[in-house]
Amino acid sequence: MSLMSLTAVELGKLIQKKEVTAVEATEEALAAITAREEAVHSYVTVDAERAMQRAHKVQEQITAGELTSPLAGVPVAIKDNMCTKGLKTTCSSKILYNFIPTYTAEAVLRLEHAGAVILGKTNMDEFAMGSTTETSAYGVTRNPWNTEHVPGGSSGGSCAAVAAEECSYALGSDTGGSIRQPSSFCGVTGIKPTYGTVSRYGLIAYGSSLDQIGPIAKDVTDCATVLEAISAHDPKDSTSVKREDTDFTQALVDDVKGMRIGIPNDYFGEGLDADVRERILTAAKELEKKGAIVEHFDLGLVKYAIPAYYVIACAEASSNLARFDGVKYGYRTEDYDGLHQMYKKSRSEGFGAEVKRRIMLGSFVLSSGYYDAYYLKALRVKALIKQAFDDAFAKYDVILGPAAPTTAPKLGASLSDPIQMYLGDIYTISVNLAGLPGISLPCGLDSHGLPVGLQLIGDCFQEKKIIRAAYAFEQTRDYARSSIAQEQNGGAS
Amino acid sequence: MSREYETVIGLEVHVELATKTKIFCGCSTAFGGAPNTHTCPVCTGMPGSLPVLNRQVVEYAMAVGLATNCTINQNCKFDRKNYFYPDNPQNYQISQLYEPICRNGGVEIETADGSKKTIGIHEIHMEEDAGKLVHDDWDDVSIVDFNRSGVPLIEIVSEPDMRSAEEVIAYLEKLRLIIQYLGASDCKLNEGSMRADVNLSVWEVGATEFGTRTEMKNLNSFRAIARAIEGEKNRQIDLIESGEKVIQETRRWDDARESSHAMRSKEDAQDYRYFPEPDLVPIHISDEWLEEVRSRQPELRTEKLERYESEYKIPRYDAEIITSSKHMADLFEQTVELCGKPKKVSNWLMGETMRLLKEHEMEPEDIVFSPEHLAALVDLADAGTINSSVAKEVFEKMFTDDTDPKQYVEEHGLKTVNDEGALRETIEQVIRDNPQSVDDYHNGKEKAIGFLVGQTMKAMKGKANPGMVNKILKELL
Repeated sequence: MSLMSLTAVELGKLIQKKEVTAVEATEEALAAITAREEAVHSYVTVDAERAMQRAHKVQEQITAGELTSPLAGVPVAIKDNMCTKGLKTTCSSKILYNFIPTYTAEAVLRLEHAGAVILGKTNMDEFAMGSTTETSAYGVTRNPWNTEHVPGGSSGGSCAAVAAEECSYALGSDTGGSIRQPSSFCGVTGIKPTYGTVSRYGLIAYGSSLDQIGPIAKDVTDCATVLEAISAHDPKDSTSVKREDTDFTQALVDDVKGMRIGIPNDYFGEGLDADVRERILTAAKELEKKGAIVEHFDLGLVKYAIPAYYVIACAEASSNLARFDGVKYGYRTEDYDGLHQMYKKSRSEGFGAEVKRRIMLGSFVLSSGYYDAYYLKALRVKALIKQAFDDAFAKYDVILGPAAPTTAPKLGASLSDPIQMYLGDIYTISVNLAGLPGISLPCGLDSHGLPVGLQLIGDCFQEKKIIRAAYAFEQTRDYARSSIAQEQNGGAS
Repeated sequence: MSREYETVIGLEVHVELATKTKIFCGCSTAFGGAPNTHTCPVCTGMPGSLPVLNRQVVEYAMAVGLATNCTINQNCKFDRKNYFYPDNPQNYQISQLYEPICRNGGVEIETADGSKKTIGIHEIHMEEDAGKLVHDDWDDVSIVDFNRSGVPLIEIVSEPDMRSAEEVIAYLEKLRLIIQYLGASDCKLNEGSMRADVNLSVWEVGATEFGTRTEMKNLNSFRAIARAIEGEKNRQIDLIESGEKVIQETRRWDDARESSHAMRSKEDAQDYRYFPEPDLVPIHISDEWLEEVRSRQPELRTEKLERYESEYKIPRYDAEIITSSKHMADLFEQTVELCGKPKKVSNWLMGETMRLLKEHEMEPEDIVFSPEHLAALVDLADAGTINSSVAKEVFEKMFTDDTDPKQYVEEHGLKTVNDEGALRETIEQVIRDNPQSVDDYHNGKEKAIGFLVGQTMKAMKGKANPGMVNKILKELL
């Protein structure tokens, strides 16, 4: 067995027990990357040399008893939209092809303090805009379960790296489902925490009011452990929340007796794949068997979430991405005549089609005469959606449903029809609009052998409830490894 | 057909706040410094960086709002103003559009005929300054310095209540004094810490609708503002008289040429696509916070004027001149605190100080001498330790170098000679040397004594006590 087939917490324990060193773990991770990247392409940048230096240093601290965190010496992959000092950070965009940050994102810094060894930066949809990781300027990432299929997105690289066992765990970011949907497609577990729980400082913004960083790993225990490590109030992020209850591992309890679980009828309508429906309802039954009270209810407003989301996220993105102009860093066009043309050509050449589409959409909804009709209206919808969830959480501890309407589509099938791709976010988006925590974890495979993700949604600051429910469900089944992870296992070590 | 026109003017005044650090990061706001040394990821708009509001900026904005009779918006918010320009690192400016911190205020000015008039303040909002572009014509490149990027500003938007350049200057002087008194800014037009854009239109007397207005930028002194107003008023009247239309546009004043040129018209005005800044939470100003700021408001000029008359018993005229500058008023109060004698301190400020300021083309803000030294000088003169001409000489030194008067008097041996024996000797010698003057005196020419006093002072190198010289002279004669 490769060390990479262990969970992060299992590996961390072996390291603390001095049965394995951080150096050995990092070597195995890098070997797995070498063996599998050609088939999967999870990473934009692999930082092998510094990862090894770091592993040696971390091991010294572990040996000296200075590092006792459960994550000390455990190799991690970071989504390429989080700044890493001295390590290229591209957001999978040509416009940042040469951007080397001068500082490290707060969430990554917290992992480093816990002794994490950063292997490299993972592929994503360009600026996190997309649901397939196909909009990356650096090539597509393939689903480790079936390389003809996409890994989902936008954190497709992070999820594929975890599923392909090219790292022990990863960080992703979630603006409209970008952790949960690819976790679902890749058969791994990912948490999008309550807005404000993890600092956004150093996360290159897509939709500032929706973006959250979260963990992606093989199981709920890893996710809770990582989330505990990266959650903290950060004075550098004004939207960061001061909260005491970030001891998420305390919720790793196999007990859901009396827990009230609501299943929104709205999440089981048209467009939902029959296999996905069946797996999700079976999962609900498992929880019911364990003593949870499961009910169906009408959440309402679901169909308004997608238009509201695209208006708000694109509006913020159109402004957030204005700084990529070829003046200070990143791509600048070769030939230009004057400032205006430099801006225009650099941005036209530097951004991909999906990013440009969203910048244009966002600029339009903010323009004079349309602001009230689109942006303000979308904010009102957002408030109504939050209200609908508030009403639901008055009755239920957890809301249960699918993370996505289908399993992973084939490569190339989504980009031709962006509206269809946008509709794929229907179950995840309203969670971001309402600022809620959500988790996606594997609950079986469809008839094509592709993973199905179960989504559990909690009220604001109620991560512990969804962690508890997810942990209890997880105990009913074994972790299923992707085909890439299984088939390449012998060769990798 | 001579029609009569009236000018309608509103101002947008930008003031750089005197905080030590920038509005959204911990970088220094100090003026100057090598390019791009007062910078960090936040004020250079690096990807992933986030703004954190400087509390002092809110307090200064509140203080200015309270002092200009505004309503403080206790739930205010920041918005993003989107436009591309290389001095603007994020290509958006964090400002306030929808919920500015202050609204509906006004200040009273005195008009030319001596009557009072209130100039309304529409709103005051907080925002960040941009960096500075340096154009290198030699290499045909532009270089950007982000030291100023993120320096806090407030923008004070007046109502279109002013009708002449005099009213505009009176309004600006009033604002400047208020803000200086609050310590919220030094308000130096020439250094750009106070900048005014003039919105101007003309209408025929008796008209009911405003004419089309233009906005004038690049006004770096009160003089330039007055000239630009005059110039723009005449330009608009000429257009109207010749049957042409005034175009709504932004114009740039060229003070050297005393003319303006169009920068951009309303048609190609940018759509700033304002929306609420998602990286900052709304600012809630609690009643307690508001009261705290209110209770810390310093004494403003109007109150000072009254107090100077009642407490220091100095004339209204003196009080007005001294309080026309916060720096001078502080200097006055601190000096009186040290040595008492308000009228004498006032005399030094009103007389020699103003004379030397004028002579050196300086502003009261540029005064360098300390209250300790002025108090020492007042004491020296008052005690008769030095005579008045020596005092003036010492003051000039103090004015330029903040010289310590006591030390200077010691080192240069300028103390008045009160030793009667020594004086008598000198005077006897003067009488011997000037028999003609002595005769003149005895023949009833009173003036001759003045000459003898002068000769004695000369012999004593100016250090003699003039009263004593007179007394002894008369005695001996």
